[in-house]
Amino acid sequence: MGPVPDVELLYWEGCPSCDEALADLRAALRELGHAELPIAVNEIVSDEQAAERGFIGSPTVRVDGVDPIAPPPGEPTGLTCRVYRRRDGRYSPTPDPADLREGLARLLARSTQEA
Amino acid sequence: MPLEIGAPAPAFTLPDTDGAPTPLTNGDGAAATVVVFTCNHCPYALAWHDRLQAVARDYAPRGVRTLQINPNDAERYPRDAPEAMKARADAGEFAGPYLHDDTQEVARAWGAAVTPDVYVLDAAGHVAYHGAPDADHGDESLDARWLREALDEVLAGRRVSEPETRPVGCSIKWRA
Repeated sequence: MGPVPDVELLYWEGCPSCDEALADLRAALRELGHAELPIAVNEIVSDEQAAERGFIGSPTVRVDGVDPIAPPPGEPTGLTCRVYRRRDGRYSPTPDPADLREGLARLLARSTQEA
Repeated sequence: MPLEIGAPAPAFTLPDTDGAPTPLTNGDGAAATVVVFTCNHCPYALAWHDRLQAVARDYAPRGVRTLQINPNDAERYPRDAPEAMKARADAGEFAGPYLHDDTQEVARAWGAAVTPDVYVLDAAGHVAYHGAPDADHGDESLDARWLREALDEVLAGRRVSEPETRPVGCSIKWRA
């Protein structure tokens, strides 16, 4: 058995979507057959830390440090909520579940291959 | 703390996106007034935005005025800067004045906490409703029902049946 992919949920305390994002992340991992993977839930507490971690808003998911929902280039970092778009174009504080699932599947497959 | 239901709303004058001073004073002739604390980059504010503009357009012929206020710290959050507000207003995204609360004094006086944070005032300028536009930012079919019901009751001269709901959104970005 290879190394376990590092799945992380980054959030900021002013974001009301963290619980929903965590539930969506757990559901997506379960659907992909990875319900056993641990999720590290980490708070971003300062602008400096946001810049250091490339944190463009809460919530943000990372797999081995890579965002499954690639943000547009040049997004500013900071302690803020993140704006996502659902597949039908609506604004949303959390990723479209289908986009999240697809992004996770891609990154988890890569993580497994690299292991 | 948010303003209490029945309390007189604090008056203010804030600049719109062209810099024109825009006042709110009690009993200034509007049948009702909607005040929304909002911003440019909060996903909740963006998700509810079109529904709120529809309310503003639908109720304007009935004497309802809608004022939308951006109270966020524009220095730390440049997307809320006056230039960015003006770009949205000039693009026709707002059905009414979009005001800048640069000092955040109005947001503090009103006890606003998140974006969007919605108030309805009656003709006398007293708070008749405070809360969210409707129950779910993700469900456009709800059509800002809570806000519309509050306005309908205020315009009919009745007390609002559900005068308080829980505002949901991103916290206001206060200056350090």
